[in-house]
Amino acid sequence: MSPKTRAGDAAGARQTPRGAAPVADVIHNIGYRHYDGPRLGRAYARRSLFSQSLRGAYGLGRSAKSKVLPMLLAGVMCLPAGIIVAVAVATKTDELPVEYTRYAIILQAVIGLFVAAQAPQSVSRDLRFKTVPLYFSRPIETADYVVAKFAAMASAIFLLTGTPVLILYVGALLGKLDFVDQTKGFAQGMVSVALLSLLFAGIGLVIAALTPRRGFGVAAVIAVLTISYGAVSVMQGIANEQGETGAIEWIGLFSPITLIDGIGSAFLGATSAAPGQFGPDAAVGLAYLLVYAVLIAGAYGLLLRRYRKVGL
Amino acid sequence: MTVIATEGLSRRFPRVTALDRLSLDIAPGVTGLVGANGAGKSTLIKILLGLSPASEGKAAVLGLDVASEVGVIRERVGYMPEHDCLPLDVSATEFVVHMARMSGLPPSAARERTADTLRHVGLYEERYRPIGGYSTGMKQRVKLAQALVHDPQLVLLDEPTNGLDPVGRDEMLGLIRRVHTDFGISVLVTSHLLGELERTCDHVVVIDGGKLLRSSSTDDFTQATASLAVEVTDSDAYPDGTAALREALEGAGIAVATAEREADGSPASTRVLFVEVTGDPTYDAVRDAVAGLGLGLVRMEQRRHRIAEVFRTDSATADPPPGANSQSPTSRPAAGEPAPRPAAPGPSAHPHPAQQDAARQHQEGGSGDVA
Repeated sequence: MSPKTRAGDAAGARQTPRGAAPVADVIHNIGYRHYDGPRLGRAYARRSLFSQSLRGAYGLGRSAKSKVLPMLLAGVMCLPAGIIVAVAVATKTDELPVEYTRYAIILQAVIGLFVAAQAPQSVSRDLRFKTVPLYFSRPIETADYVVAKFAAMASAIFLLTGTPVLILYVGALLGKLDFVDQTKGFAQGMVSVALLSLLFAGIGLVIAALTPRRGFGVAAVIAVLTISYGAVSVMQGIANEQGETGAIEWIGLFSPITLIDGIGSAFLGATSAAPGQFGPDAAVGLAYLLVYAVLIAGAYGLLLRRYRKVGL
Repeated sequence: MTVIATEGLSRRFPRVTALDRLSLDIAPGVTGLVGANGAGKSTLIKILLGLSPASEGKAAVLGLDVASEVGVIRERVGYMPEHDCLPLDVSATEFVVHMARMSGLPPSAARERTADTLRHVGLYEERYRPIGGYSTGMKQRVKLAQALVHDPQLVLLDEPTNGLDPVGRDEMLGLIRRVHTDFGISVLVTSHLLGELERTCDHVVVIDGGKLLRSSSTDDFTQATASLAVEVTDSDAYPDGTAALREALEGAGIAVATAEREADGSPASTRVLFVEVTGDPTYDAVRDAVAGLGLGLVRMEQRRHRIAEVFRTDSATADPPPGANSQSPTSRPAAGEPAPRPAAPGPSAHPHPAQQDAARQHQEGGSGDVA
């Protein structure tokens, strides 16, 4: 079975229907046709997995039912931005009522819900249906799978969080607000939601990849996000009450959303959401960046380890 | 040309040796890989796909080394796992297109090949419905389709008939046969049911405990001897018709045996005689002998030897049915004794399959069976 014979077979098979064409309304069995076209290899396979996972995060290519929640959350995420813009344009203010960097922090519950629902959708399904071994019988490796899933989840969250920021920016320009100011704020906002997307994707996927049961994944992601935020808020509140305001910036390191908020206030000109606005300054901000980097690297490492053992 | 070649391939785990110096040489065509659960079939497939490293030894698929060219191998090899692997909430089309793209096919080619492949495996309108609503047979077809969609040169099918009813089983076996005859794709199919492989495969490889037990062409097993099952009634003159007929036939110089175990190991009736067929005259001799004795002929049917008999396990050999000792040497001269279980391991076993492969390709040269 040399390549030559295969090509010959294929050519033969393709000619058959042409010869039999004159008879109308007959379905011809055109036989098996070999594929001689390009095989695009590993990088293409990784991109394919990325786009399939990204589409899957919004329920595209899946049942109508699975589109409901992500689309709903995307709507909920954008609606306030639309209202803010409408009000700003109508009242002709010279400043948007919400900072670009602050928007995602305010709506963190919606983002949390999205991550909790879609991260397990992305990885638990493959585990539950045991599709993972099929992927690894294709020209991809563990790292490709992890990178594709991670990037797809982060992109999905970025779409969710970036779109309202974009709406705010477009609205601000339509409202003839100061272009330079708004563009700077918009850029800072986009960096902030990009950091947030990557972090939330990492945390969500690591938790979701632990279990093939989607329900457990959803519950665990919600629990981790809300409990960590709740605990940090309470601690910060207590610290603020007792006048230990120096501790507030350090406590903020321990939950994902306050971590992003801290990085924002240290480097992206955001107003801290922490009690009394005691966000970290640039020096402490370095610690925030360090923790952030460790979390992302850790999430990637854990995912790699998780899938190393998933063979046949 | 070989599609799969292994040389002294071993895979050891802390407590188990899954593969023990396995040397194989598999030619194009449909090859059956037989072995009990835990014989090392899945481990072998894992190593061939580069999913699991070999402890020692070498393996090559389509002439490509498993250790260094795994990416190319995976582009050209299809794999159908034994377990469920289908997402239930998407349609077959959606899933197979995705798998085609994962194998490196551009989007338009992936869609086209998916439509073709699903049609070839016998899925039509239902391919747009979610897989969750499919029958087991349809799911198996989708699994086969995803293994074929990128037009591989070799497919590895792990227990493809698992869970199918007899009709579905027949259809799947026919489909597997077509994968080779019509599509020109070589097949390695594992099973623990020997009867299935006998019907589907050109070649059968038996492994046990990670060792090669035997590797030879299916024809060698099944056509080695032909025998005729004869059952007669008793008459007043001959209260034991079976014994009388046996005597008459042996008097005529024909080898006769009784009471062979069935393929599944259950004892057969002692009233059935197995007559070794040496040519057409044998049929006449049997007919004449029965008529001469004035017995009623209940049945007389051709009976091929089954692979199961050739590979009967230790227990069956050690504890044969009462009549088996006498018949074994006479009725099965070529197939002979079952391959001894403790087949000489290591290097001494290696030339054996290779020789048989060579012999087989000689035989098939003229039959047009090789693609």
